[in-house]
Amino acid sequence: MIGQIAQWFDHRLQLAAPIRDAAEHPVPRNTASWFYVFGSAALTVFLLQLVTGILLALIYVPSASEAWSSLQALNHDVTLGWFIRAMHGWGSNFMVAIVLIHMVQVFLFGAYKFPRELTWIVGVFLLLMTLGMAFTGQVLRFDQDAYWGLGIGASIASRVPIAGPIIVKLMLGGPIIAGATLSRFFALHVFVIPGMLIGFVCLHLLMVLKLGINEWPMPGRLVKRATYENEYHQLTRKDGAPFVPYAIWKDLFFAAFILLAVAACALYFGPFGPTGRPDPTIIQTAPKPDYFFLWLYGLLSYLPPSMETPALLIGPVVAIGFLVLMPFLSGEGEKSWRRRPIAVLTVLLIAITLGTLTHLAGYTPWSPHMNAWSGDPVPEKFLHGSTALQRQGALVFQGKQCRNCHSIGESGGQRGPALDSVAVRLTQDQLIRQVIQGGGNMPAYGKNLSPAETTALVAFLETLHPRTQAPARDAARDMVLGEEQDRRQDSQR
Amino acid sequence: MSDQNTLSRRGFFMKMGILFNGLVATALAVPVVGFLLSSITRGLANAYLSWVPLGPINDFPEGETRLATFRNPYVTPTDGKTVETACWVRRVEGEQFQVFAINCAHLGCPVRWFPQSGLFMCPCHGGAYYRDGSRASGPPERGLFEYPYKVQDGMVTIQAGELPTPGSPTASLFGNRPPYGPRNELVSIESKLSASSGTNALLRKTKTWA
Repeated sequence: MIGQIAQWFDHRLQLAAPIRDAAEHPVPRNTASWFYVFGSAALTVFLLQLVTGILLALIYVPSASEAWSSLQALNHDVTLGWFIRAMHGWGSNFMVAIVLIHMVQVFLFGAYKFPRELTWIVGVFLLLMTLGMAFTGQVLRFDQDAYWGLGIGASIASRVPIAGPIIVKLMLGGPIIAGATLSRFFALHVFVIPGMLIGFVCLHLLMVLKLGINEWPMPGRLVKRATYENEYHQLTRKDGAPFVPYAIWKDLFFAAFILLAVAACALYFGPFGPTGRPDPTIIQTAPKPDYFFLWLYGLLSYLPPSMETPALLIGPVVAIGFLVLMPFLSGEGEKSWRRRPIAVLTVLLIAITLGTLTHLAGYTPWSPHMNAWSGDPVPEKFLHGSTALQRQGALVFQGKQCRNCHSIGESGGQRGPALDSVAVRLTQDQLIRQVIQGGGNMPAYGKNLSPAETTALVAFLETLHPRTQAPARDAARDMVLGEEQDRRQDSQR
Repeated sequence: MSDQNTLSRRGFFMKMGILFNGLVATALAVPVVGFLLSSITRGLANAYLSWVPLGPINDFPEGETRLATFRNPYVTPTDGKTVETACWVRRVEGEQFQVFAINCAHLGCPVRWFPQSGLFMCPCHGGAYYRDGSRASGPPERGLFEYPYKVQDGMVTIQAGELPTPGSPTASLFGNRPPYGPRNELVSIESKLSASSGTNALLRKTKTWA
């Protein structure tokens, strides 16, 4: 009975034969490996995102006045709304991670070489779209981070020469971040980018089927345009096995494992935000991007001002251009990572760079600490046996919020250097100069401190040295001013 | 088509059909593009900017910097709270003001004013500005954005309506000064000095000039 129904459909659809052909196409036996499961895992998470995304759209309202409340409703009122939000949020993290791992694997296995150049290029676009989904999705979680994140996006876009302001208006849909902005990011996140993603994923898969999966790279087996395709067909004929079921079971296991991992994270950690209401008049906020853009956040803090605009505008073009051109730059030759040390080192270098920047962005050492420490008294141990002037200086140190940027006794900001032993590094004159004129990354406090305050502050700073190390002194000055100077300094101590 | 060089009747009609579709598509593209670019064309006509009141002049004590909020002049029905905007108002003296955008000139995060240290600080990437809005340190390439203001009938009024961004015409219209070149004479001498490593004595000298 079921067989008859199936036959009735297939007589009209004529899909069974091509599907069977695709499923049973021979793949080299050595590709049935756990290294080859990331592509299908990315597809699985993408499907999960489609399903959970549609579910969220049942409740979510893409309006700047109501989006935040509708997310609160999802979190707290709608049965299991929090879980679907958590799955979608964790799904996006997993998707970015898996797409990146997939890309690294493909790169190290030389799979971008002839004849799979276009598969790689489509893959690069898929990565960009995945990142686009991540950014637009972060905007739809319309909270403080999303609001100020859009401001950051607009500020970057505005730096494009000539067209900058036009791009900003196009991006925001108006003069400011408001209702129209959220609506267009909703359209991008829900219609435009997913539509393109589906199209490009089909193209990507079609090419994998037509060209065959990349064989396990053997050191010394070089790719040549003239002979590669013949060799590959011989390999699949001699040492091939049907993809279903020979290789697919690993994909299936890994896909299920990833789905479980997403669900476990969703259950354990819950949904992301929303953080505070997107009310621009609440300025007590330190906006931060989601984790896949944290490295960029860190990079933007460390680039010198003069390099920033060129780096922001030219950097992505160069990076994307290089990724797209890579199969043409090295479309032939060695595939195995064992014989491609520069490729391996490049991957390691990029991974370490991104990892370090992400790690640093987790605790933002470059940022003044806005709330902490300003009111804290200077720890007692720094005041033992100090003079009245030095104590006055400690009060100035506390009152002028030096500890927003400088730590002392291990509490305080990390924007500037720790001051526990600053007197060893700087002489009295250098301290005065640094306080009054600033320099390096320090603002000048000349206009903000009276001469008496500066004198007191520097007197306090001069006491900050370990007991075993003498404070720095200007030898030339001692020579010129002689003993009188020494005596004055001694009486100050 | 049997002969490739001769145009058959059906081939001709097919080409005419493609041409016809092309013409219709072009005609339809006009409203579509017009719709898509409406936010740009409106901005080019400066239709977003207008004068908005911040509050009576007495709300802002002389010599102090206070947070003020205003409602963006251009509002759409779904904007919600996002049309409420904050800015920093510094009353220098009398009717002389400086009204700073809340957005850091680096990447637009909200800067906060610290009266004790006399600095605006940004929580994102560590930008800092002096009380007159000029750049003090960190990644910003310029000072804070300033709104044009006027005092009318005892009300402080600013010309606002667009998100100030580093490259926007708003920025060049409103107090865009060359990088590191703040308007205050004293500070400009100071910052030049701190750029080179001038001595303490020199600085004292410049202070007496001022």
